[in-house]
Amino acid sequence: MKRQYNIFSQLDYTTIGIFFLLILIGWLSVYASVYNEEHSSAFDISQRYGMQLIWIISSIVLAIIVLLVSHKFFSVLAYIIYGAIILLLILVLVAGVEVNGSRSWFVIGSVRLQPAELAKVATSLALAKLMCQHNFNLKKPQNVLSVGIIIALPMALILLQSDTGSALVFVSLLLMLYREGFSGWVVSIVAFCAILFILSIIWEPVSVLLFIWIICLALYALFHKNKYKVLLMASLSIGSYFLLANYLLPLLKLSIDSDHLFLGICILTLIVEGIIAVRKKIRHFWLILLIFGSAVTVTSSVDYVYDHLLQQHHRDRIEDMLGLIDDPQGVGYSVYQSKIAIGSGGMTGKGFLNGTQTKYNFVPEQSTDFIFCTVGEEWGFAGVLIVIALFVWLLIRILEISERQRDSFARIYGYCVTSIIGFHVLFNIAMTIGLAPVIGIPLPFISYGGSSLWAFTLLLFILLKFDAVKWE
Amino acid sequence: MNKSPYKKNIITIVILCCALILIGRLFYIQVLDTSYKITAANNVLRYEVQYPARGLLFDRNGELLVGNKTTYDIMVVPREMKSIDTLDLCSLFNISYTQCKNILDDVQRKRKRQGYQAAIFLKQVPAEIYALFQEKAFKYPGFYAQARTLRSYPRNIAGNLLGYVTEVDTANIRRNPYYKMGDYIGKSGIEASYEDVLRGRKGVSIYERDVHNQIKKSYDDGKYDTTAIAGKDLICTIDIHLQEYGELLMQNKIGSVVAIDPGTGEILALITAPGIDPSLLVGINRNFQLLQMNPLKPLFTRAVMSSYPPGSVFKMANALIGQQERVLTPESRYGCAMGYKVGRGVECHAHPSPTDLRQSIQMSCNAYYCHVFRSIIDNPKYDNINDAFNQWRKYVQSFGFGIKLDTDIHNELAGTLPTTDTYDRIHGKGRWKSLSIISLAIGQGEIGATPLHLANFTALIANKGYYYTPHVVRNVVGKPEHQKYKEKHYCDIDSAYFTPVIDGMYLTVNGGPGSTAGWVRIPDIDMCGKTGTAQNPHGENHSVFMSFAPRENPKIAIAVYMENAGWGSTWAAPVASLMTEYYLTGEIKRKDMEARIMAGNFLSKESRAKKRK
Repeated sequence: MKRQYNIFSQLDYTTIGIFFLLILIGWLSVYASVYNEEHSSAFDISQRYGMQLIWIISSIVLAIIVLLVSHKFFSVLAYIIYGAIILLLILVLVAGVEVNGSRSWFVIGSVRLQPAELAKVATSLALAKLMCQHNFNLKKPQNVLSVGIIIALPMALILLQSDTGSALVFVSLLLMLYREGFSGWVVSIVAFCAILFILSIIWEPVSVLLFIWIICLALYALFHKNKYKVLLMASLSIGSYFLLANYLLPLLKLSIDSDHLFLGICILTLIVEGIIAVRKKIRHFWLILLIFGSAVTVTSSVDYVYDHLLQQHHRDRIEDMLGLIDDPQGVGYSVYQSKIAIGSGGMTGKGFLNGTQTKYNFVPEQSTDFIFCTVGEEWGFAGVLIVIALFVWLLIRILEISERQRDSFARIYGYCVTSIIGFHVLFNIAMTIGLAPVIGIPLPFISYGGSSLWAFTLLLFILLKFDAVKWE
Repeated sequence: MNKSPYKKNIITIVILCCALILIGRLFYIQVLDTSYKITAANNVLRYEVQYPARGLLFDRNGELLVGNKTTYDIMVVPREMKSIDTLDLCSLFNISYTQCKNILDDVQRKRKRQGYQAAIFLKQVPAEIYALFQEKAFKYPGFYAQARTLRSYPRNIAGNLLGYVTEVDTANIRRNPYYKMGDYIGKSGIEASYEDVLRGRKGVSIYERDVHNQIKKSYDDGKYDTTAIAGKDLICTIDIHLQEYGELLMQNKIGSVVAIDPGTGEILALITAPGIDPSLLVGINRNFQLLQMNPLKPLFTRAVMSSYPPGSVFKMANALIGQQERVLTPESRYGCAMGYKVGRGVECHAHPSPTDLRQSIQMSCNAYYCHVFRSIIDNPKYDNINDAFNQWRKYVQSFGFGIKLDTDIHNELAGTLPTTDTYDRIHGKGRWKSLSIISLAIGQGEIGATPLHLANFTALIANKGYYYTPHVVRNVVGKPEHQKYKEKHYCDIDSAYFTPVIDGMYLTVNGGPGSTAGWVRIPDIDMCGKTGTAQNPHGENHSVFMSFAPRENPKIAIAVYMENAGWGSTWAAPVASLMTEYYLTGEIKRKDMEARIMAGNFLSKESRAKKRK
């Protein structure tokens, strides 16, 4: 038996302080968003703020339990926890209850539980367990495959529950993979593809092509010594397109689709460039070819993905977010009202419990996914600045904690926590102000909801537990 | 694998960048863009407007001129509307199915913009239909009625003077933010000039409501609520009976009558013919367009907006100026040989000659006034004609001609009074002389005056040298009379010079043979008058008459201008005479004269187009 540490003397109290601040802000916001004069007692559990109080207390109990059990419990049992959660995810498909179009809830009495939230913890643990092995290397394809399977399995099951938002959260783990040796190019290309996806929904194909083409030429210029030649190439290809499309083809009474025409010109130019590149031994030309090829493929496959893989309410939300539908009372209603709520907060807000937008239920889901409206409306820009600053502080703190671990399990796990919390914060806030589609994920520690609060508390305190015992 | 702290830094930078993007966007929508604040207020606040009753108008004796009647706007809150029996709704409001469907479709289209605010379904539903609707209202969720007041007229008179009330247009809203879409505003006449007093103040109750349009509570404990304040009533100077009688006399004629109480400047009657029936313009209808298209232009308030040559009635002006300038005495005599035969000359009619000042008015001698006018303009006292003319002009202006009298009547015209520049333009600088402008001697030529100017001039003569600003509203109920209507405006003529002129006007009516208007003499009443026959190059001459009575302590000064009616004595004079008799005695003894006037019709095209002989 080793010398017994007093776990509580080793804790990172900065993080715990931020955690409590966020939970306090969260509870106040939930209180404000469902507040009405008839039920003003803060402990009324028929109201959400009363329930949230129970969730908060149970989360704190959970946190203490996590701190008291051995850290080995998490590293040794990681796969078992993962397996159990996967089973739950399958079970919920069968025995779950559908809420808001997603079959992702267990209902036990008056309490609803969402296993997808806990899946984030389990997946993080499993990934950490897998990747901390000594012979693990992300350059080995079979290792990448295992990582992919661990991430893809819960993701697929959650997608089956029609909870795309929670599924997308797992994409954020790319950030952790990047830290652990995954190529930065891959992460960038994924980001690039995401941007392309959005662009190809908004823009005409030919404009997207032009965008891709300009990026390719810019990259080419990066590798090419003679920048003027690239500029010449650029103006020649784009100029010839406009000349052909606007003057020559109508003159010859030929009708070719503008995107096909431009694609042809690009390919011709690429062939010429390719010959030059081979002769002059310009490296990385293959990269440009790759980017161009994949970009064109992504763009042309968007229609398929969009029409067949996404559900109508996603399409609606994406189209609304991209400003393709302007119907404040219809699809974009929540975002519209949410922007009004936040926008009307001004510099210092309307004051606690004075938010008219939130108080009178103009924003749907305002105690859960749109809780940020309450902050924005009642506390104004000053309030949101504080909340965002707290989150940034928390994330950077977690990064530091992760980096100071001797054990790679804890570090990998820490990066998972950063990725997941960061993704949640970014996309939750972005969707309330119309910068991202409404994917329906909660704001960590602040949104109403037991499952998510438990999940985030577990995520954070397991890391703190590892941090506290790092010198053991 | 603990090897890449730089990756940690990159991740930190990514986090910070994301945070900055969020903060930037939040700063924009919260601090820079103010539109969200307004939208939030529209979202949550429900404004319930109470429309005040518009002030009433009473005549000088306290009889109701303009009243109110209640109608109802049927409102609909699109979001609260459920499926309804449209056909039943149509039959209830007596509208066609397509009309109803169009309205409802339009309302549904607005739904997106309007949210839970109400839209108008039907305007101005009369009280009877409103009662039926109230019985069935439970069948139509989302529909409710809002009370509005419309004008009602116990007697359909004085439409042009009273003006009409209509819905505000965008220009009104832009000019005055008090007005909101759907408000009513006085568009002409007294309704327009006393809009601020009559309209009262709208009240508003502001409620906070939730997303289901359920009213939660009074906004900020009613701090911003206001109660509607009813418009204030007005006491007009109009005599409702005189006005009505005058309109009766003027039926089927074109022109106007203005009657003023010289002792106060109060307008007793202001008649424009053809005029508008004020009840035609109440509520929504197509009557306005019809009136606008009417070739006789009934919407045009001739009494204050039409500038005519005054004709012979202007001779009194020159008689007064001549005396004041000492170029004319009551005893001055000029001969007349059927006209003034100098230059192009001015014709005259057959009458005894020569005449003195009094007789010249009595017989309305043109030649006499050509002499008078030339001696005014060619007065050796002045170095040049410009000075003399300007002096003459100053006198004329002091009679109220050529200026806006600053009455409370909407769209009052200043008329025209030529300047030396006018003649410099016509004849060339320095190339005109008294003979060139001789038409002014008899009120023709470049001078234009409205019937109101003529009536005011009559009042000035009756008062021997001053007038009160004519006005149609005596006071706002509960407030004293406006100070500016109590001020005497003196003209530049000494009071003594009026006596021979008034004598002449007395003789015009009461002078026996040779008098131009002898046949309109009122038994037992000393009426002083002057006929005029304004030459009209476009058709039959205009018939003009001005008079006041009684001679001492005058009670009514009246000017009648009748277009294309010929001699002043034939048509205009009897109208003035009958109205004076009616006003002073309350009855008409000369029934045959009245019958003849009422039968007169000058509306037909032939009589208007008939060339003068």
